[in-house]
Amino acid sequence: MKDINKSAQIKLTISRIVVYAILIFLSFLCLFFFYLMFINSTRSHAQLQGGFTLIPSNNFFTNLKNAWNDSDINIPVGMKNSFVVALLSGLLTTYFSALTAYGTYVYNFKLKKFAHLFILAIMMIPSQVSAVGFIQLAFKYGLTNKLWVLIVPSIAAPAVYFYMRQYLEATLPLEMVEAARIDGANEFKIFNQVVLPIMKPAIAVQMIFSFVGSWNNYFMPSLLLNKPNVKTVPVMIATLRSADYSKFDMGKVYMLMLMAILPVMVIYVILSKSIIKGVTSGSVKG
Amino acid sequence: MEKKKNIQKKSISYAKWGYIFIAPFFIIYAIFTLYPQLLTVYNSFFEYYRDGLTVIGPRFVGFENYKTLFNLNSAGYVPIFKFLGNTIWLWVIGALPQFVIAMMLALFFTSTRLNIKGQQFFKTVIYMPNLIMASAFSMLFFALFSQVGPINQLLISSGMASQPINFLGMQVTVQSLIGLMNFLMWFGNTTILLMAGIQGIDESLFESARLDGSTSTQVFFNITMPLLMPIFIYVFITSMIGGIQMFDVPQVLTNGYGIPDNTSTTMIMYLNNFLGISKNYGMAGAVSVLLFIITAILSSFVFKSINSNNK
Repeated sequence: MKDINKSAQIKLTISRIVVYAILIFLSFLCLFFFYLMFINSTRSHAQLQGGFTLIPSNNFFTNLKNAWNDSDINIPVGMKNSFVVALLSGLLTTYFSALTAYGTYVYNFKLKKFAHLFILAIMMIPSQVSAVGFIQLAFKYGLTNKLWVLIVPSIAAPAVYFYMRQYLEATLPLEMVEAARIDGANEFKIFNQVVLPIMKPAIAVQMIFSFVGSWNNYFMPSLLLNKPNVKTVPVMIATLRSADYSKFDMGKVYMLMLMAILPVMVIYVILSKSIIKGVTSGSVKG
Repeated sequence: MEKKKNIQKKSISYAKWGYIFIAPFFIIYAIFTLYPQLLTVYNSFFEYYRDGLTVIGPRFVGFENYKTLFNLNSAGYVPIFKFLGNTIWLWVIGALPQFVIAMMLALFFTSTRLNIKGQQFFKTVIYMPNLIMASAFSMLFFALFSQVGPINQLLISSGMASQPINFLGMQVTVQSLIGLMNFLMWFGNTTILLMAGIQGIDESLFESARLDGSTSTQVFFNITMPLLMPIFIYVFITSMIGGIQMFDVPQVLTNGYGIPDNTSTTMIMYLNNFLGISKNYGMAGAVSVLLFIITAILSSFVFKSINSNNK
């Protein structure tokens, strides 16, 4: 009996070692590339051409200065553009998705069921499918190089709606709305002052995903933005990279990549717990 | 029951608010998505593109663009099947290891026997690549694996290769790199979703199986897998829909050319080519309609899985 216990113990220890080894290897793989990006941003173009190292060099500020002063891109403006687009998209998408979800959840009206099913049905259609018509209209009405064109469509975000709706079903008792009505609050006030605070966790999670999504978005901005003063960060990276040979400086490219990733990393490190929770809570009802 | 009826009766008078609250969504959707979508479909039946500074068309051509897409009568066009095939293949080589490893990790994390410590750390780290700008990630790989890049230098200086390997010029390596990047970006996300699914299974089922003397393999195939199916299907199909939209990673890695010989050009990259300088709205429209049909079929499966889950 003791022997069986002992061999089971050894078996468990071995499988633990194997499992931790796998986990550490995968974590290493995930972190390694970020580390490399950071290292490379501290090295000059010549150093980058000259080989591979894991030790930071001393060109960080030179790269920063070079990237900052590059005449093809304007980093502060790019960061500001990306930030404005990401933040406003996030705010609009969370507020209006919550509003729409509240609308189909609390009120009874003829098209209630239809509206809900319609949004679920369009949820999976990729945005690229409407890109052709979108681009055509943008050029026709002179809407290229306008940031609001990237922001406003986020009001209609079916996937965020779905998340909010799931959240409302789980957390908002209809009696609460009733009670607020009895207190004499009007419908908008009820939504803004009673319901929104309850939805804070859901809004925070979706706000983060939406912010990151539009911060990283490349497809639409690359097709719509070509003036330097409206370019977002991903479009600027592409610009730097396609610079002609005489101006091409890999150090600058890495620096800009680092700057593009940093804000998202900072948000993630601070909020990783709620982000990871958020990944699961809205997707499928378990 | 009594209470519910009561609420419904009362809320009837509030019906107009329902319309007011959902109106912004539908108005914006109609203007910025639905109308462009219909225009896209409309375009697909026209010859309409730019040749230098002159605009050709729009001229109604019926199904000509679709014929061109399938290469029924046109020289110089690669049939769309190739790009569809590429997209599916590139998705598969990233998704297959992703699902196998994610399932494995989800089982590790949820195993009470293994009792893994530091789960929060591991989850945080493996989810991280998902948040990173795909285009930046892809550019890093481009630099790492270029002819003069660090990987080649490492291979040469260690004597493992006598001359630089053209990683970005060979089909096998380009496709593998795309698969690897997609794997790295998505396995953490899949792990977390599957884990939540496993945690949702009634613990007593595992308990009683263990008391019956089932092996862990038996438990996995007879309890875990069948009960995890709805979530697994959801994750699988959403991954597939994401795969159909694959763009940033191969676009940046191959500079938009899908080198070598269009073997890594995805559907969206192909679409993107028509939207560039040529502004070929006709052909781009036809590609989009095809994409729409494919995703509509896939979505109907998601739709079913969501609905069955809600019951």
